[in-house]
Formats: sequence, structure tokens, C-alpha cells
Amino acid sequence: MVRVDGSGNSQGLIRARGLNKTYSRGGEKIQVLQGLNLDVDKGDFVAFMGPSGSGKTTLLNLLGGLDVPSAGSITVAGDEITHMSGSKLTQWRARHVGFIFQMYNLIPVLTAYQNVELPLLLTKLSRSERRKHVETALAVVGLTDRMHHYPRQLSGGQEQRVTIARAIVSDPTFLLCDEPTGDLDRKSADEIMALIEELVGKYGKTVLMVTHDPLVAARAHTTLHLEKGVLVEGKTPREGVFAGGAA
Amino acid sequence: MAIPLVYNLRSVRARWTSTIVAVVGIAGTVGVFVAMLSLAKGFRATLVSSGSPDNALIVRGGATSELTSGVALDAVKVIQDAPGIARGPNGPLVTAEAVLMAPIPLISTGTDANVELRGVSLNVLEIRKQVKIVQGRMFQPGLAEVVVGKNANKTYSGLTLGNRIRLGKMPWQVVGIFDAGGSSFDSEVWGDSHLLTAAYDRPDTFFQSATVHLTSPQALTQLKDALTTDPRLNVDVTREIDYYAKQSTRMTTLITTLGGFVAFIMAIGAVFGALNTMYSAVADRGKEIATMRALGFGGPSVVISFLIEALLISFVGGLLGCLAVLRLNGLTTSTINFQTFSNLAFAFMITPGLLAEGVIFALVMGVLGGFFPAVRAARLPVATALREL
Repeated sequence: MVRVDGSGNSQGLIRARGLNKTYSRGGEKIQVLQGLNLDVDKGDFVAFMGPSGSGKTTLLNLLGGLDVPSAGSITVAGDEITHMSGSKLTQWRARHVGFIFQMYNLIPVLTAYQNVELPLLLTKLSRSERRKHVETALAVVGLTDRMHHYPRQLSGGQEQRVTIARAIVSDPTFLLCDEPTGDLDRKSADEIMALIEELVGKYGKTVLMVTHDPLVAARAHTTLHLEKGVLVEGKTPREGVFAGGAA
Repeated sequence: MAIPLVYNLRSVRARWTSTIVAVVGIAGTVGVFVAMLSLAKGFRATLVSSGSPDNALIVRGGATSELTSGVALDAVKVIQDAPGIARGPNGPLVTAEAVLMAPIPLISTGTDANVELRGVSLNVLEIRKQVKIVQGRMFQPGLAEVVVGKNANKTYSGLTLGNRIRLGKMPWQVVGIFDAGGSSFDSEVWGDSHLLTAAYDRPDTFFQSATVHLTSPQALTQLKDALTTDPRLNVDVTREIDYYAKQSTRMTTLITTLGGFVAFIMAIGAVFGALNTMYSAVADRGKEIATMRALGFGGPSVVISFLIEALLISFVGGLLGCLAVLRLNGLTTSTINFQTFSNLAFAFMITPGLLAEGVIFALVMGVLGGFFPAVRAARLPVATALREL
């Protein structure tokens, strides 16, 4: 169940309370998030929508421990991350968050296999154990036969599959997707969304996704809209999309 | 765990143009650094090899070199009877030596340069055992004959076997070429000390030094005690190898200081080259760095990774610099020896230790050039860098 009114209990996987984020730009303070609340349970698939500059990516960065809020708290699986030190937060990210980026963010000089292996280098797994995990992740995304290709040798859809394999290889607590289909054609976008749906449906992954695309958002269990720094649930007049409510 | 090394190796290869700029800068600096040090090392080795631990050099008390010294014949006779001096078939192994300078044209430029003339006793080869006549024969006492060191033979015009040259007020016959094992004697001309001093209107009862062959290296103390406490003498007694080591100090310090200064100036340029390369690496790879930070690699891992990359570049530069100057090893050059104001030939001496110093110097430049960009990489704001196109 996804809630945005702060009524969720402490059993949820992700719990944000009173999130504020303010940026200073040219001496002017810009408040992006204003007292935002969010509760997400394990296995939820949530899409965040909103106009450019509404704070979708900022929210994702805060939930993923890439940025810290100006005020408020975020608790993930019982860990309060808002007061963690930089190094603790880095370790926490490695253990709990899988990132899927719009532009894939693969390391161009590493092969698909080596890219997927990166998060496992931060674990205590042996080389052979790492190999098993990487091969499994690449098999899940259907790229076993491309594991020794460099990113430049792959199509956009294949690159995003490698990114997904990298995101799931260490079995993180949840996945954060920032416009995962934003750079893909419709066919590839459909394939990627089918894969993400499979991760949720078959493997029970929790996914939080930012998107501009209503068709992509419609595949999530819940769509939330960012307006004036807070999340609202349901149909939004500006984009004419039903945001969904039931998880 | 650290960011895999393969990432750095392939990144360096992918950015080969800017990498080459840094490599060349470091290679050039290391080349100059090693060349300068090898010059100083060669100079020192040449002088030090002139001395033997079995010999002692006796000069006037307080004299800093043979040129500022004077030892009279009477003193030489007292020295000959001192304890600790080895004896040969013809008496004590003592060579009383007169040191003079003669301007002779260099083969390379045709301009005059001072060659050191050494008037020696005939038993000098028994005392300086490293000196061998390799062509012709030793000079005959009482005849206007000289033998020429192998470097002097190659450096000055006219110092060839069988040739007659004018030294002082009389002509001399070159009757032999000697090899002094790469020591400073190779740049000298030797003849009968009595005749040489006479040719320059100098008293033949006055020498610059006396060199004696000790019965053993330990006999130096006995000899020194005997001579320095003798009221008839005012002399300093030094082991010959120590004397020449000291003589080399001024020039090696000069070369090292000048060379160090040049290398330092070049190093500043090379470090800026490395800084530029590494800063642009960080700028070009901001998104990659941010991605790895997002995946969970910590700031120290990023710093180490970029430092390793800078070290890789500088190591290659260091190796290339060393390889480039390796061909100088053994190449003979010459300079003025400020202790004698004569021309001294010596060879560049590149040792494994010197090459190691060159590589270490390169690595230091790599650390200096890589550290600040590495820190910048680690401090990149992850969320911002991830959104870069």
C-alpha cells in the first residue's frame, strides 16, 4: 500500500516524513519539496510524475541516499538514513539501492559483464560467486550472449538491460528508476517496462520510478504526482492521467 | 574493495592523446634528471677510481689540492724512510710528483684546453697498479719522453703515439698510451718529473705531492702518525681514495645542484601537464565517477583509483625517460676540473639505482599531479554529476 498522507505505520519498507528540500540558486532560495510524506510497502511499484523541475528526481535522489533533505526524515527497512554520515550512506546505498538511469550510465571502458560485476566488488563474494551472480542477472535480462560486449556495441535497449542487471545483481532492497525509458523507442521501452514488471511480479522487487511518459506510468501499481512540492494521488488535470491508488 | 584496475588501464588507453602529453612531459623530465645525476655520478666515479685504498697521498699541511701544495725534495727523503711504506726491488714505493698545466688544442674544437702534466717517478706503475701501458712503452728516465692517458690521447690533438709535441721549452716524444681504468689519470700526460719541471723553469727539488704504496691499508695510521709528528715535516697524509673523493665533491655538488634545478623547473611543467591530464580526466568522466559513487564506491576508492591512474601514466613516463637516456651510459664527455683547472674526461654513469631514482621521481610527479584531481573526483556532487549529459 502506498500512502502520501503520512498515515502509514512503521511496518512499511520506505517511510518519508515531512521532507523538505531547498536549493540556493543565485542567492535565491528555491523550495522543491515541502513537507512531503510517503509510505511504500515491499513489492510496490510506484511511478512519480510531474512537470519538469517539480522535484521528481530530487525525491528519487533523497530516497536513494544520493542527496540529503533540508528537513524531514527517511527510513528504509528500519534504517533512518537522513542522519547517516557520507561514508555510511555510501555503504547503505551499496547494500540497499539499485539504480536504473535514463542514460544507462554504464562505464564505457568496461564490458557488460564487468559493468554488472561492479556492485559485487563491494561485497565479500569470491570471484566464482560473483561470476554466478553476474551470469544470473544477465540471464534475467536476456543478455547472456552479450556479456563480453562493450556498451558501444549494444543498442539502447540492450544497454538499459545491462543497467537493470547491474541494479539487481546485488539483490538490493529496492530499485530506483529515473526515466528508464526516456531514451528509448516505443518498442524498446515496452520491453524494458515488461522486464521491470517481471522484476516486481516474479521476483517481488520494490520499484520507485520517475517518468514523463503516461503510458509507462500506467504500468506501475500506483502513480503519484508531484505538485507544489508534495505528492498527490489520483488523476491530475494537467496531464490527464489517472494516477491510480490501489497497490 | 577498490575500483578495478582495468577501469584505469582502459580509461588511460581511451584517452590516449592527453595521456601521451603527460607521459612525454614526465619522460623528458626524468630523462634530464637521470642524465644530470649520471653526469655527477660519472664525474665522481672517475675521480674516486683514481685513488686506491692501498695508497696514501702526502701534500703540504693545509693544502686543499695538489695545485696548492708543495713538498720539497728533503721532505720526500724523510717520507721515504717512514714506516708503513711498501718497498719494491728499487727501494721504497714512493712517487714524488710535480703537477703542471699545458694548453693543448682540443681535437673537437681546435681551441686550447689545459691538460694536466704529471711528473712522476719511474716506479709509478708499481704504486698505481690500475695504470697499464696499452700502446708503446713507459718513458725512460732522463729522456724527453711522455706517456699519455687514453682519454687525453682521444681528446687533444698531437697526443698520439710517436708524435712529438712541445711542452714548456722543449719538444717531447709520445712513447706510450696508458689506460688508467677510467680514472682521472686517463686525462693526464706523464713524464720524468725532473725533466718536466726543468722544461717549465721550475726547481727540480720541489714537488706538489708524494704518493706512497702502503704495506697494507691498515698501515696508513702508522704512516700518518710518523709523518705528522715529525718536526721536520709539515704535511697532511690522506688515503688516496679519500683525497680524490673529496676532490670530486665540489663539481658533483655543482652538477647535482644545477641538474636538480633544471629537473625541478621541468618537473613543475610536467606536474602541471599531469594535473591538466588528470583534471580533464575527472571532468570528462564526472558521470562515470558519480555512477560509481552511486553504486556504493566510497570517496577514498575514487581517490585511490585516480591516483593509481596518475601513477600509471607517470610510471610509463618514467620508464620511457630512463630508456631514452640509457644510451648515454658510458658516453665520454669532459669538463674543467675546478680543483686543477685542467680538462677532465669522464663518462655518463647510469646505474640501476639511478634508474630507480628516476622512476621514483616520476611517481612523485604522478602523485603531485594526480592527488588534487583525485580529491576533486571524490568530492563531485553525485546527484548533480549524474544528471550531466
